[in-house]
Amino acid sequence: MATATAHHDAHPTGITRWLFTTNHKDIGTLYLVFSLFMFFVGGTMALIIRAELFEPGLQITNPHFYNQMLTLHALVMIFGVIMPAFVGFANWQLPMMLGAPDMALPRMNNWSFWILPFAFTLLLSTVFMQDQGGGPAGGWTMYPPLAIQGGIGTDFTILSIHMMGISSVLGAINVIATILNMRAPGMTLMKMPLFVWTWLITAFLLIGAMPVLAGAVTMLLTDRHFGTHFFDAAGGGDPVLFQHVFWFFGHPEVYILILPAFGIISQVIPTFSRKPLFGYNSMVYATASIAFLSHVVWAHHMFTVGMPVAGELFFMYATMLIAVPTGVKIFNWIATMWRGALTFETPMLFAIAFVILFTIGGLSGLMLAIVPADFQYQDTYFVVAHFHYVLVTGAIVAIFAGAYFWLPKWTGHMYNERLGKWHFWLTMIGMNLTFFPMHFLGLAGMQRRVPDYALQFTDFNQWASVGAFIFGFSQLLFVILVIQAVRGGKRATAQVWEGAEGLEWTLSSPPPYHSFATPPVVK
Amino acid sequence: MASAHGSYYLPNPSPWPIVTSASLFLLALGTVLTINGIKLGPWLMLLGALGIIAMMTSWFGQVIGESESGAYNAQVDRSFRWGMAWFIFSEVMFFAAFFGALFYVRMFAVDWIGSNDILWPNFDPTWPTAGPKGPMPIAPGSIPGPNQFTPMGAWGIPALNTLILLSSGATVTWAHWGLLKDNRAQLITGLFLTVALGISFIGFQAYEYVHAYTELGLTLKTGIYGTTFFMLTGFHGFHVTMGTIMLIVILLRALKGHFRPDHHFGFEAVAWYWHFVDVVWLFLFIFVYWL
Repeated sequence: MATATAHHDAHPTGITRWLFTTNHKDIGTLYLVFSLFMFFVGGTMALIIRAELFEPGLQITNPHFYNQMLTLHALVMIFGVIMPAFVGFANWQLPMMLGAPDMALPRMNNWSFWILPFAFTLLLSTVFMQDQGGGPAGGWTMYPPLAIQGGIGTDFTILSIHMMGISSVLGAINVIATILNMRAPGMTLMKMPLFVWTWLITAFLLIGAMPVLAGAVTMLLTDRHFGTHFFDAAGGGDPVLFQHVFWFFGHPEVYILILPAFGIISQVIPTFSRKPLFGYNSMVYATASIAFLSHVVWAHHMFTVGMPVAGELFFMYATMLIAVPTGVKIFNWIATMWRGALTFETPMLFAIAFVILFTIGGLSGLMLAIVPADFQYQDTYFVVAHFHYVLVTGAIVAIFAGAYFWLPKWTGHMYNERLGKWHFWLTMIGMNLTFFPMHFLGLAGMQRRVPDYALQFTDFNQWASVGAFIFGFSQLLFVILVIQAVRGGKRATAQVWEGAEGLEWTLSSPPPYHSFATPPVVK
Repeated sequence: MASAHGSYYLPNPSPWPIVTSASLFLLALGTVLTINGIKLGPWLMLLGALGIIAMMTSWFGQVIGESESGAYNAQVDRSFRWGMAWFIFSEVMFFAAFFGALFYVRMFAVDWIGSNDILWPNFDPTWPTAGPKGPMPIAPGSIPGPNQFTPMGAWGIPALNTLILLSSGATVTWAHWGLLKDNRAQLITGLFLTVALGISFIGFQAYEYVHAYTELGLTLKTGIYGTTFFMLTGFHGFHVTMGTIMLIVILLRALKGHFRPDHHFGFEAVAWYWHFVDVVWLFLFIFVYWL
């Protein structure tokens, strides 16, 4: 047993450093590397989908394998890429931004990361069981009765989701304990950087939502194997019940995927505008309002299941209400840039792109919120375009903004700005070429989740597929850039960016092992 | 705020988290294989469970050692408190999913099935029900024939169990008062009574399950009534069992002389958890057994 006096000294090297680590920076790096790796796994699946959709008819996959790809693509991107990337940012940044030595519960921090590789081993192993029915193929939403009829792959998925849920809840608990208990003297809640605020609220959403998902998939599992009748009308249950429970998780989940992105953007834009964030207080309240509203809008994902009209009206208006705090945020970001001394380094380019493109995703969301219109849009590519605009040109773009923003702080070296700009522009061209035509396809009536389509959709699909390959392969530039920055390059100063403000920029680049051994005093 | 009471304890690198993750993986893999009838499954489950038990004794043992050696200052204690509080909230949300399912079927789904005469003619949508194709409910107290079941009454064992759990909430609080006054005898007596009440609850619950399966024709497969009844009370029973094990550990620690009036997070965490299972039971008693 380690004694209390020796606890600062042990630094294992080699593989055990990463397996046994209790350091927030090591764990943050693990999360981010895992997320980047899974980005390519999920991206490969997306490219298989886009290759298949390059022409009508069946080219390279059979429909069952196509369905597995689209299901796994979603699960990997949501639970394996975006969420771990944000937790990685939280791990690196929260202690530094709060003036703390480390996260509040370091061993649990290690545990919440190391669950993930095991959970995804469980999930992705199903791809290699094609003779037993292969992976989950009913869509990531796992609606019964289809999910109940799936093969052993569905069970692997359910158990892996349980593990991911444990990981997320533990991570969220750690974030809350860190933020509420580890702040430097003088750092009141309303002095916290906005990234910290958004993560605090995200953590509450995670703890509220992930156990409900665990409940939903547990019901699936018992309906599949233990003879319960949750989703079986013959026994008094209802398949729509699953959709309610699932989306009670699922809608807070989409804000879990975007609130930390709001936080990152709210750090980046003031830095490169050389102005304080416009409307800090309203940003905090807007974030909290979004989080609250996110719990009362879930049924807008299921307008076509045959709900009572009163329900449809309630969920329609509640959904539209979310546009108000979101609009406050967009306004504040633009007002921050207004008459600022702007410069356009790579993080700022990604941040500005986020504000523009996320707004497109938000507005298509408003269109989908209108019940009678949604009856037309439901299950078309319009929905696919909408959520890729918020999750790819929204969340992923914000993740890149944050990665470029903090990479010099983490590695101690400036990244290659020229390569970063190439990455930015190729990504912009690729992702917009991929997802923008999907709006038109959806409005014209192309169904999602089908590997074939009618002839008149060919042109737009070919654009989208070309865009997807540009987008996918240009991400290799980012990998090169990160490796270069880790290995060497121009030394970064402590402040890194001229306009950067906050505790993390007072530490050396790279920062010391225990971020703040003695807490700074915040005035 | 941070450094006022000495430095924050930062643990050494530890092998236990990844051992736990690997064990969890084996448990999950074993579960999938077992429910799909693959022979290796139960062995993997056993291996995973053993790994988790080993982790609990070693990891938690290490934490107890650190705590008793005085490594944790007041700020560490607060981190633990936030951690436990929000862990319990996550458990609340897990139960909320199943209560939500219960309310949804009772308020909406069953009525909607009843109002659909084309698909389900002659179905009486009154609760309790096992659905249009399930066995028919009969009055409490009567013996179910074939294709019938008797719903669980509220005023026999369930009411007694309510009394038991509420009393155990009182005894654990009494034990806490003893700890605060440094009255070790009161602490140990209170904890012992709480454990005894917890075990009695589990015993009665087990008896009730056997009774339901053998005499009432009520099983997990008895339509939506059996589903919600056994899933809700089953998960609750599992949590009571966990809580009782935690209480036993706390009792053993109290017997070894652990805990001081100003330093006893472990005790309080378990007491909170115990009150949580108590409150869940009250909801179960009202909405599953009584109404």
